[in-house]
Order: sequence, then structure tokens, then C-alpha cells
Amino acid sequence: MNKHPTIARSTLHSSSRHDSGPKHVAGVAEYIDDIVEPEGTMHAYLALSTRAHAEIVAIDYTAVKSAPGVIGVLTADDILGENDVSPSHQHDEPIFAIGKVHFWGQPIFAVIAETRDLARRAAHLAKVEYRDLPHAIDVRAAQAAGGKLVTEPLKLERGDVEAGLASSPRRLKGSVVIGGQDHFYLEGQIALAIPGEDEDVTVFSSTQHPSEVQLMVAHALGIHQHAVTVNVRRMGGGFGGKETQGNLFAAVAAIAAKKWHRACKIRPDRDDDMTATGKRHDFVVDYDVGFDDHGRIHAVDAIYGARAGFSSDLSGPVTDRALFHCDNAYWYPAVRAVSQPLYTNTVSNTAFRGFGGPQGMMAAERWIENIAYTLGKDPLEIRKANFYGTDTNNITPYHQTIGDNIVHRIVDELETSSDYQARRQAVLAFNAASAVLKKGIALTPVKFGISFTATWFNQAGALVHVYRDGSIHLSHGGTEMGQGLYIKVAQVLADAFGVGLDAVKIMATTTGKVPNTSATAASSGSDLNGMAAYDAARQIKERLVVHAAKLYQCDEAEVLWVPGGIQAGDQFVPFDELVASAYLNRVQLSAAGFYQTPTIHWDRATGRGHPFYYFAYGASVSEVTIDTLTGEYIVDRVDILHDVGKSLNPAIDIGQVEGGFIQGMGWLTTEELVWDDKGQLRTKAPSTYKIPVASDVPPIFTVKLAEWSINAEPTIGRSKAVGEPPLMLAMSVVEALSMAVASVAEYKIAPNLDTPVTPERVLMGCERLKREARG
Amino acid sequence: MVAISHAVRFILNDEEIALTDVAADATLLDYLRLTKRLRGSKEGCAEGDCGACTVLVGRLMGDEIIYDSVTACIRFVGSLHGTHVVTVEHLAAKDGTLHPVQQAMVDHHGSQCGFCTPGFVMSLYGLWMRDPNPTQPAIEKALQGNLCRCTGYAPIIRAAKAISSYGAPEADPLRAERIALKARITALNDGSRVEIGDSIIIPASLDDFATVYEVNPKATIVAGSTDVGLWVTKFMRDISPVIFIGNLQELKRIAENDSELRYYAGVSYSEAMPTLTTYFPQLAELWDRIAGEQIRNMGTIGGNIANGSPIGDTPPPLIALGAKLHLRRGEHRREIKLEDYFLAYGKQDRQPGEFVESVTIPHLPAGEQFATYKISKRREEDISALCGAFRVFVNDTGTVGMVRIAFGGMAATPKRAKAVEAALVGKPWTLDTIDAAIAAFAEDYQPISDMRASAEYRFTVAQNLLRRFFLETTGQGTRLTREVA
Repeated sequence: MNKHPTIARSTLHSSSRHDSGPKHVAGVAEYIDDIVEPEGTMHAYLALSTRAHAEIVAIDYTAVKSAPGVIGVLTADDILGENDVSPSHQHDEPIFAIGKVHFWGQPIFAVIAETRDLARRAAHLAKVEYRDLPHAIDVRAAQAAGGKLVTEPLKLERGDVEAGLASSPRRLKGSVVIGGQDHFYLEGQIALAIPGEDEDVTVFSSTQHPSEVQLMVAHALGIHQHAVTVNVRRMGGGFGGKETQGNLFAAVAAIAAKKWHRACKIRPDRDDDMTATGKRHDFVVDYDVGFDDHGRIHAVDAIYGARAGFSSDLSGPVTDRALFHCDNAYWYPAVRAVSQPLYTNTVSNTAFRGFGGPQGMMAAERWIENIAYTLGKDPLEIRKANFYGTDTNNITPYHQTIGDNIVHRIVDELETSSDYQARRQAVLAFNAASAVLKKGIALTPVKFGISFTATWFNQAGALVHVYRDGSIHLSHGGTEMGQGLYIKVAQVLADAFGVGLDAVKIMATTTGKVPNTSATAASSGSDLNGMAAYDAARQIKERLVVHAAKLYQCDEAEVLWVPGGIQAGDQFVPFDELVASAYLNRVQLSAAGFYQTPTIHWDRATGRGHPFYYFAYGASVSEVTIDTLTGEYIVDRVDILHDVGKSLNPAIDIGQVEGGFIQGMGWLTTEELVWDDKGQLRTKAPSTYKIPVASDVPPIFTVKLAEWSINAEPTIGRSKAVGEPPLMLAMSVVEALSMAVASVAEYKIAPNLDTPVTPERVLMGCERLKREARG
Repeated sequence: MVAISHAVRFILNDEEIALTDVAADATLLDYLRLTKRLRGSKEGCAEGDCGACTVLVGRLMGDEIIYDSVTACIRFVGSLHGTHVVTVEHLAAKDGTLHPVQQAMVDHHGSQCGFCTPGFVMSLYGLWMRDPNPTQPAIEKALQGNLCRCTGYAPIIRAAKAISSYGAPEADPLRAERIALKARITALNDGSRVEIGDSIIIPASLDDFATVYEVNPKATIVAGSTDVGLWVTKFMRDISPVIFIGNLQELKRIAENDSELRYYAGVSYSEAMPTLTTYFPQLAELWDRIAGEQIRNMGTIGGNIANGSPIGDTPPPLIALGAKLHLRRGEHRREIKLEDYFLAYGKQDRQPGEFVESVTIPHLPAGEQFATYKISKRREEDISALCGAFRVFVNDTGTVGMVRIAFGGMAATPKRAKAVEAALVGKPWTLDTIDAAIAAFAEDYQPISDMRASAEYRFTVAQNLLRRFFLETTGQGTRLTREVA
């Protein structure tokens, strides 16, 4: 082999295409349901409760067991280990309900059959006798029922809130109702388990967190983690919905696989997936804000009630993050924020892109907006009056000093590039002349804290092998769900070795290669895994330098890494020749890399610390037109300026910003979750749950990265995380809709629209404001 | 005497398929994924709403094979007789060279997680074949039935605009193959009736259909399967035996004369679009907002009426226009007013063995004004919260000579607003009259609250739509439009 990897330029910071792109378009990218099943693969299907809260009096499986193709029924009795998949280790999330069901859609048992179709049909045949218990479905009902919590609440406090409120020239009290969101990953939950010898089991799971699936499967089977291998090549979307929600499916497949010693696959249909798996938390935020005639906030006191569902899952950290973002980009001289992760008789809510942060930020924007309407000012003026300073007024409610504030520059540049002021005047003029159609425009900022707030998750590993021919094998603990993590880490590695991307083979993520990984979540994927891979490369490169210095008889300092190989003194040595000679000289060409995020710490008990390594910033301007006869609307134009530090891959990052914005817009506009009085989710398929389609994209959609931004912290390539922050850019759509609605009452009344701002809420908001304006 | 054969025959990519043992409810997607192990087409929802399973189905229309994008998840195998099915696996060349549609998607970063991507590729392929240089609205329309959760669509739209720079449809590697396929497809359509056991009948002709349905009145009639498909995939209902009628050319006829427009029951929304919007340009917006492209390619006007859904989008305008329904049982035919067909929720005026053969729509008399408004949570590819159709004739004296109003989503059936009509007729066509008449809505409708809208919203909007219609008929029209450069 004398084919050298050819290098034209550094692969880092370039817009390399998604590594799976050609496979995606050809239909050959393999998802778990596409894997060739082992002979005799069984299929599992969950039977779900049809009560929101009830005792299970009796279950008759007769018809299930005698149905065609049924191999058996899997119940809690078949679980040799723990009947629990609680990621918070509170033992409050059974795989199969025993004695009681806590929400409509809770798994009670699984049918194992020869085909998925037969399993699915049989799962509906059990006769379950219930004795109903009272149920509370939403935040207000849960509060009224006594406010039982699923986990310890958090309080953040800084300054004297009572004094701050009391001395404020003006006060506003109110509530913000913020809806939840279904992930609607296109590939639903799925797992395939293949039994091995002894206690071994291999699980293919569509999960963002293979190490946790490994742990949960081990617990469920009552075996050690070392007997469980979890593989995930790619997910068909995750968005947080596969951080913990894959655990149950993997456990069921594994239990059945071991019980019958046959492979077992489980895949719910879309309705069951949406009914039985967690979503973004709905919040009701009750607030009391003190401010002055300039719109400057003096004090904030707020309670964040969240629909946690029946178990803790990640509701603790999610509601924590809502509090961590109760400030968005604003300085509160005095602040108290308290979380209420409320027990409700609904599916246990979970991680979703932003992880509570978006809800916290929406509430902040709501009181900013209310202050503006109270004072008769442009909300942007109020936003600017309350931005964190760079040297002063820069301490967060959790006592972290913000050292990298660039919100002013971001907002100023966007305000200019989007021509915000002139367009706002045009909107006001349009509204004055138009009776039925009304417009609105708004600019909202984003500041988002980067790091897992559970500090120990901020670690990552990688395993890098260099083979004799110079080809490289890359494994790390991160998972690929479409966000482009694999290509970014491959870019880091190719750049580190000075080789082309084609020299790097990206391997599927597996617990067998890299242990004890954290979820690919919290936007941290490339920060953590990129650094771990870089560390592995560093180790191998150091050994190669020692070897090269010896071989070419020069100082180690004279061995330089150049594109395509090394320069050892006068001699250029191509990478593959260097590697081949290193092998013959018994140099280890493999390394395990590791990274832990520096400087961060957090004490939850005192509500103090430095939980975030750095912050990502952005801002957006949205302009909308509403129809005051029907409430329908169009998002006409959106301008975005977003901060990703020094981008590892601008094309991938733009994709995250565009996609994140549209997903956030869906959350805040048409994606409405509706439960009926019985506690059954009625919006559980794309026919009833409406995520954005292509024609919902604003006709003018200008997305730019802040190219001047460089991460102040020494992250990989000085880049910043990009997964979650862009979702919150969509807040400007809500604010613009709000302005359009406010126009029907001459902007004198804040509309206080609940989210999602559906056409119905727009129309009803218009009608309400007209009534209020008439007095 | 009709010849009878016993195999469903079609061409899958380049393979000729003949199935002598296939279930009535077997879906194309399961057939592809489980039987043929072609796993490029994905199941995202199994209700025809996400498009991840999009494939093209080519059928002979005159001398040409016309390719429609369809959702394989709710398309039954039995409905494929005599067609050419093209899946994503067939696009790349044998040596792996990507098709222009695929390469454009890769180069424009059009895939992220990739799960929806094969469906997008197929929809874009279908678009590019008939419109190689599409405008942005044309692209958006072609993609209405494809959901992507990752990209926010922007890069996919950029890719769609660029496809032609990768190659013209004339140079499509699959074009030559399709020309050769014509003869094979023609041969498959040999004029025989297909029967598979007791479960599938594919009639040879319209008369044959009338005959077999009269004999099998309990059979499920399947044309586009956009409704019946869900009975199977969502509710696991047994639909056997099924009479598939999607192949009947006679049911795809569109007839025009001086007084009326006639659609036979098998005409799809897509097929109806050109004539419908010629006679009724007021329905163009509604038509574009019925489901997504794949569903419009499959679903039929006849089916939308026959199944009697209270939220079907075609009955309100057709009732307002005074459409007549032509029912047939064996050789017996009868004609009723469309509005009389809907008796109650789930109950229609259709006898055992009787089927909807065609619907006739009288032309709009000169001087009459007509509009239809669809209201849904999401603007496109959504089911109506309500749909209102309005038709009025205002005399020279300025009074209402005739008015006809019909709504979907406001009652258990599509229904006329007779009390409102009564409150308007003979009165001056003024805002005062409208304001006085809207109280009558309470007599006509008591809408329900559900996941699509509250009763209050439905009621308020229904009243407002009458105001909108008045404004539009008096030159004060203000409709929300999406301006795309």
C-alpha cells in the first residue's frame, strides 16, 4: 500500500459533509429495525394501561396466551433483577407496573410473539380489571391536590428579594403557562437483544446513553454490567427523547432474550411511543417582579411548577436547569427561584433539547414583555436595559460570575443587520392601516449555560487505534443522532494526525470500547468527545515523535507534524510510513483518551457554584402576520445571529441552528399536547400532533454564525456547543405573535399568551384583548 | 364473461412480482421491509402522515407511465396490480454512483439523522421528474407530506433547488428503463379480474366492480386507502374481503359539459386539481391544503365523500355548490343531493352493495360568489378544525337572492347552515345583516371540543368566516398569504 492520505488543508473548522450522508440518501444507513435479524428473532410488544391512576385488581391473560404466534407473556415476575429503570436511581419507575398504574399508557406486561404484528394484536387481548383512583393531570391540578413532588426541589437565591420587591417603584404578578413537547424523532424507540453464552447479552438500542442502558439491563437481569454490551451506530433522531426513554425497551428485549434464549426485538408503534414515553415538561411559572420606570428589574420571585409525570426520571435536573435559566441574559439584582417537580398522572417527562432551560427563559421573556407593555415601550428596550454587564452586574442567581458575555455585540449586530428599528416602525404603520391582518416583530436573546449540571457527567473517553497501513479507527462514547458528532470528532482526529478524513474510520458506539460514558446530551457531545479523541491522538503522537526522533536521529523538538505526515529534521515522512516503521519498532499504536471539563463545580444544597464551563449566545428577530378573524398566522421572516465560538464545522453548525430554531418554533406554535379528562393523550401521532412542515419555514430565513466569536475557554478548537441553544431562538416568534395580538388593543395590554401559541390562542387572545380594551 | 386470474402482478424496481397468496391488508411497506428486505423505506408513523416510507408508484395513463409519490405504509399490496413500484434502493447506479437527487441532498447537507431522508429523496425525485426547476412553493408543496425533525427543511429546500445542476430528467439513468417497462406494464394489465382466495378482488372493469360488489356487499372497497389504510395500521381491523378499485380507468374519468363537471369516484385529489381549479379557482388554496402530496396522489374524492367523515374537506364546498352524488348498485343507479347523503355520524345513505360512482358539480352561475376556507392548527398537511364553504347571489337590488353555507367540523356530519341561510336570504347584503345573522349559527351548530380545537374557537371562527366572506365579496378582502420570493 503506497497510497498516502492526501491532505489539502486542515479538516478542522471546515464544512465537511455528514459522514453518513451518502448512506442516508441511498437508504443503506442502517437503523436498528434494518439490521438483519438473527434466525428465530422474537418480537415483543407492550401492553399499556388504559387508566390514568388505578389499582390493578386482576389481569386475565388467557386470550393473550392463546392468540396466534404468541410465545409467552412477560410480566414483572419474569424480572430476575430489579423491576426498575429509574435513571435517578430512586426506584420509582418500574418496567412493568405492579398493583397500580400511575398514568394512561404505563406498561403492564409485554407479549412475546413470532412476529411484531402478532405480538401487537395479542397485546390488546388481556382483560385488565382496574379500580380507579383520583388523578391529577396538569400542574394546577397537581398543585391543588397537595403538590406532591417526585424529587427534591431546588431553590436559587441571591440578594434580598423581599426588600427588592418592596422597594420597587412598580410590581407585576402573573403566571406563564408553557406547554410541553413531544420529541417526534422520526425513528421511534427500538431495541434488539441477542443472548450470548453465560450471562452475556448484546443489545442494539436506539439510545443517547448506551452506558446507562447497559446498567439498566444489568440491573433488570440481576447481572454485572460487564456481561452487557450495548451498541448504537446511529439514531433516527433523539433530541433528549432517547436519553433515558430507551432503557425500558432495552430491558424488555434483554429479559425476553435471556428467558427464551432467542433474539428479541421491540418497537412500539407511533401512538404507543408517544403515549408511553416522556416529553418536554410543561411549566406554569408564578412570578412577582419588581421594576422601575426605566424598565429595569429590581427583584424577581418565581415558582416553577412542572408536570414531572409519575416518576422522577430526569425531572430533578430538568427543573434545576429551568431555574439556571430563569435569567436568560438578564441581571436580577435580587432573585429567588424555586422549582416544583410535581407528581402528575401522566407519562414521566424527560430530557428534551434545552432540558428545562427553554421554559425558564420563556418565563423571563414574559416578564420583560409585560414590563414593556406596562411602560408602553419596545420590549427590546427593556431587554437591553436588563442585560448582564460584562464587568459589573454579572453574577447569576447561582452565584457564578459570567466571564464571557457577548450578548451586547450579538444583539447590536443583529439589530442592525435585520434592520429591526425600521421594520418595527413599518409594522406599527401597517397595523394602524390594516383592520384584519396584523403584524408583529420581536428580537429576543439567548444565553445558555454549557455543561451537565451534574458535574460528574462532564467526562468522556475515546479509543483510537492506528493500524499498520496508517488507517485509523475511532471510537468514543458519544452517540450519533444526526447532529454530526461523529464527523466533528473525526475531523478533530484527522486534524490531530494531519491525515485526511478518509483515513479515519468512524466506529459505532459501544460500551465494549469505551466504558462509563455520559449521555450524549447537554450539547456536550463534541466538547467532551472531541477532547477525549484529541487526548488519545496526543498520546499516540507523542510515542510516534519519540520513535521518529530515534529513527531519524534528531531531537524530539525537531519532529514536526505537518499535513500528511511528519517533518523529522530535513526529512518528510508520510504518516503511513511512519506508522509502519513504528509498528516494526514495537511502538504502541493505540490509546484510550480521556477528558474531564475543568473549573466547574456546583453545590446544589446551597445553590452556589460554577456549574457552567462557559455560555453560548445568540439572538433572533421574527416577524409575523396574524389573521384576527381566524387566528391563523404566517412567520414571514426570521434573522438569526448565533454564537458557536470558532466553529468545528460551519455547515453542521448552521444545520443545528436552522433545525433547532424550527423545532423550537414548533414547540411554541403548533405542537400542542392535549390530554382528555380521563388522562389519555389525544395528540399521539402526526395526524393530531403537528410539528412544522417545509412550508412553515419562514420565506426569509437568514441564519448567520458570529464568525468573530472564539470560546474564551480552551475547548476543542475554541468551539462552542451548538445542540440546544438555537432552540430558544424561537422565543422571538412568540413575542412577535404577542405584539400582533397586542395591536388589537393599541399595545396597551400584554397578551400573556399561553404556549404553544396555536391559531386558536391567537384568536382567543385577540378577542380577550378587544373585550378588555372595551372595558 | 370476465377472465379471472389469481395473481397480483407488479414490477418492483426491476423485478417482476406475481403474488398468488397475499393478504387483503398486507401493506406495501411491510412487504418491502419484511418480505423483500428492502429496508431503505422507513416506518415513521404508519398513518401516511410523515412520508418516511415514500415510494413512487408508476401506472399507465394513456401512452405514458405516470409516477406518483405515495406512502407505502398505508398502501396495500393488492392495490399495486399493474404498476411499477420504485423504491429508494433503485436510485443509485449499480456501481454506487448516487442519483442527482441523492447527490444534491448530500452536498447541501440535507440529511442529519437520515431516517426521513429516503422519503424526501423519493418525493424530490417525483417532483424533479415532472418539474426539474421548481419554484420554492412547488418544492414546499411536493414536501408537504414529508416530516423532518432535524434540519428545519432549509437545507432540503436548497438541495431541491439545485438538483437540476446535477443532471436533467432527460439524462435520468432510470428514464431508459422506464421506456422499456411500458410494454411490461401494459402486459400486466391484461383485462382479467384478479381474485386471491376469498380476500382480494380486483375487478376488471367498472361493470365488473358493480357485479362483484353486489355479490359481496360486505366487502371493503379500497380506492386510495388513505382512510382504510389506517383502519388496518392503527386499529388492526379486519377489512377482508377487499375490492380494490384504484386500477379502474373508468373510475378515473373526468367529464365536463356546459352545465356541470363530473368526477368519477376514483379520481384522486391530484388528478382533479387542474379541472377543478379551472372551474372553481376559489378551491385552489383548499386543494393545496388537503393532506400532503402523497395522500393527494392516493386519496380520491369519491372516498372522501363515501366514508362520510365529518371533517372531510371536499363535502363542504361541494354541498355549497349543489353537487349531486351518483350511486350505483349492480345496474341500478340513483342520484341524490350530496348533502342528503350524510345521515348521521358514521351513517350514510348507501345501501348494501351500492357504491359512489361519480359526483357532479354544477358550474357556478354567473354573478354568484363562492369561497371555501379551511382552518387548521398547522397551515398545511393538517386535518381541518373546521372548513366553511359559502356561496351567495346578490340581486341587483343588493339583497341576498340565494345563499348556501356548509361546514365541516361543526357537527357530526358535513352540514348546511340552514338557519343562517334563512337569516340572510332576502336581506340586504350588508355587514348589519351579517351581524344580525350570525346569531343563527347557534341553531345550526353545536360543535365539540377536541384535540384540534375548542367548541368556542370553532364557533367564533365559523361566524368570522361569514364576515370574511362578506368582506371578500364586497372588495374588502384580506387573506393571509405566504409570500415566497
